[in-house]
Amino acid sequence: MFRTLLRRPSLLIGLIVIALVLAGALFAPLIAPYQPDAQMFDGLSLEGAPLPPSHQFPLGTDTLGRDLFSRLLYGARTSLLIGLVANGIAVLIGLLIGTIAGYFSGLVGGTLMRFTDLMMAFPALLLAIVLAALLHPSLWIVALVIALVNWAQVARIVYTETRSLAERDFILAERAMGAGHLRILVLHILPHLVPTAIVWGTLGIATTVLLEATLSFLGIGVQPPEPSWGNIVFESQSYFQQAPWLVFFPGAAILMTALAFNLVGDALRDITDPTQRGRG
Amino acid sequence: MTLTPRPTPALALPAPVLEVAHLTVDARTPAGLSRVLEDVSFALRPGETLCLAGESGSGKSVTSLAIMGLLPKASLRVTGGAIRLDGRDLVGLPERAMRRLRGGEIGMIFQEPMTSLNPVMTIRDQLTEAIRVHQGAEDALARARAMLEAVHISDPARRLGQYPHELSGGMRQRVMIAMALSCRPKVLIADEPTTALDVTVQAQILKLMRELKGEFGTSIILITHDMGVVAEMADRVAVMKAGRIVEQADVVPLFTAPREAYTRELLAAVPRLGARAGTDGPPRVTPLPTRFETGGENEAGEETVLSVHNLSVSYGGARNLFGRRGEAQRAVEGVSFALKRGRTLGLVGESGSGKSTTGKAALGLIPFTGEVVLDGTAIAGLSPRAMRPLRRAAQMIFQDPYASLDPRMSVGAAIAEPLVIHGIGNRAERRERVAALLRRVGLTADHATRYPHEFSGGQRQRICIARALALEPKLIVADESVAALDVSVRARVLDLMLELQETMGLAYLFISHDMAVIEKMSHEVAVMRAGRLVEYGTRRAIFEAPHEAYTRELIAAVPMPDPTRRHLAEAG
Repeated sequence: MFRTLLRRPSLLIGLIVIALVLAGALFAPLIAPYQPDAQMFDGLSLEGAPLPPSHQFPLGTDTLGRDLFSRLLYGARTSLLIGLVANGIAVLIGLLIGTIAGYFSGLVGGTLMRFTDLMMAFPALLLAIVLAALLHPSLWIVALVIALVNWAQVARIVYTETRSLAERDFILAERAMGAGHLRILVLHILPHLVPTAIVWGTLGIATTVLLEATLSFLGIGVQPPEPSWGNIVFESQSYFQQAPWLVFFPGAAILMTALAFNLVGDALRDITDPTQRGRG
Repeated sequence: MTLTPRPTPALALPAPVLEVAHLTVDARTPAGLSRVLEDVSFALRPGETLCLAGESGSGKSVTSLAIMGLLPKASLRVTGGAIRLDGRDLVGLPERAMRRLRGGEIGMIFQEPMTSLNPVMTIRDQLTEAIRVHQGAEDALARARAMLEAVHISDPARRLGQYPHELSGGMRQRVMIAMALSCRPKVLIADEPTTALDVTVQAQILKLMRELKGEFGTSIILITHDMGVVAEMADRVAVMKAGRIVEQADVVPLFTAPREAYTRELLAAVPRLGARAGTDGPPRVTPLPTRFETGGENEAGEETVLSVHNLSVSYGGARNLFGRRGEAQRAVEGVSFALKRGRTLGLVGESGSGKSTTGKAALGLIPFTGEVVLDGTAIAGLSPRAMRPLRRAAQMIFQDPYASLDPRMSVGAAIAEPLVIHGIGNRAERRERVAALLRRVGLTADHATRYPHEFSGGQRQRICIARALALEPKLIVADESVAALDVSVRARVLDLMLELQETMGLAYLFISHDMAVIEKMSHEVAVMRAGRLVEYGTRRAIFEAPHEAYTRELIAAVPMPDPTRRHLAEAG
């Protein structure tokens, strides 16, 4: 296991970044120098402007005089939760709908895919606003809303792949042996879709974090003052000229985390693929 | 015309058009350089046809790409030797000069005429482009039309305005030849030009190439794995193996008195049409009467395993979401036959004749109308659940062994799969059974933990056979099961199948387009064309006294691996 890690430096880097972010989120109360929502008197300049990074505030302060580092640590909790949970649910729904529609083409597949097309054509933000308005906004509801908006793309791609897999000879061979539909779907089609699911799952994390920010900005996401990476970026974007660190640090956090998940996903895909075994 | 090939004059040989001397090509791999071609030398004289013959991976195509200067730069490189066209070395020639030669001095045609023509350009645009690039725009259209006439395409004026998908495979290959010859190249390289074509079309294309060679004075390098094509076309033959030329000789001496052991092996492995004339069944491969034959003499040839009556299959025609009904297409119509235990029915026909569809319908894998009785049970309208016990009686082996194995499943798991599905044995028993099956098909038990991509094509087909045998079926449907294999491997797989039949009393529904293979394997033969049975009878009757004109045509179109009996190109 350790040898595999050393052979793949990208996997190692990805794992380290994810571990750091996870540790930061889990131990936020121990690490954070200040309360995330404490508006400090000495957190603003005399003119009332936010402070750049300094010894006292390692990443500077925001427009209300709150410590950015502490907010980022606590925000990691929300963002990771939403990134992982919302994406996980989206990929699961997509896999389910996509494989069923692709394998049982005809009436079942047609109906499911037309529904998927409908979801893709519908403006995602509008749908999210309606859903969030109907269900009282909370962290879990936000994750659910994002999942319900995001599954359609996954379903589309999975559907196409399943269609082509279902035509392959080894599936016909399974049928000739007398294998049932469930066995073919779970043991012979699903494993081939894992790489797609991993790539989409990890690619989606960055967009999900930003979608959460959009929802927060519209007041239907994570409710202030609770911090999330997305709403930190959104609150501060109009001060970009005066206080670039307010956008730069949370932006970098989102980017690095998404990249780390991508690297790990990529490596996972290669490691779990037996057809890569014994190749250089 | 004479039936023997023109003898090469011993004295005063004309200077070669193309000379390849000590050509060496290396491949860059993560593990360092590895040799792909080693010391390949041959000379092509004006008006001569040189065949590069060999099995897959022997370096035939790499040689032709090296001549064209089309080796993929990232992975392959010429590291030694020379390629001289009219005395001028092409190795290391700048790309711009090379481009002028390609298509101008050296033409090339490929195996797959559909993929080598641009699907969104008309035939006119593609032909005139080739002419314009090398010879200027004047009268390009008239010349394009003249070229189409030269390759004997029907209705050339209309073809000019058509797109590749509107033409048949044979017509596309004619267009490719017209393109390749339009600038009157000195050398034409044909890489497996007829492999993707039906045998009757192949015969026409070979004849055309022979005729055009005389008309245009082009020398041809013909790359093929098919010794029958070699015998029909070649003046001289270079046999390649693992990147080297093992033997090079004029065609008649090579076939009548091969010097190298590998050439002899290759020639011996080629199934010859007519080899089984005067006999009723396939050759015996087991020396002694087997358990199956001695134990149950009355079993063989008595019990009917599969009987098909008035089988029809149509595609399309189903109602779609909006209730529109598509045009139904009949793929198979009114086919009837019966197959007994321990016998083989060869189902032969050209592409699109419905032979694979018949095979799948016989196993109930696709919807059909008519009557199919499998191991004593009529399967029409049976639910998948009711079908399951019958699956034990009949199994299928496919054309492409790699595609028919789940690439994410170890070989052991793949072979155990049918046992798991039917709930046979526990884990340890199944492992034992898998090991026994692997040994039965000539592999070893420790192969079970490996994955399909770690095996060669022949080994993969053995794995598929082992999987098909796991349930001890009475019938195996073999759909083009040896078509993707090299000749020597093919011969061994066929022998394995014959041996299994003799010892286990298997019945085969053997589907193939290859008349020689059908002749070797079958007791009875059914000839299909356009979804219907044209002729059905014992193998001896079909091959020695065919009634139907189509059957005779099919048999006549098979190239003979014997240069003294050329009949395709010269007879017409």
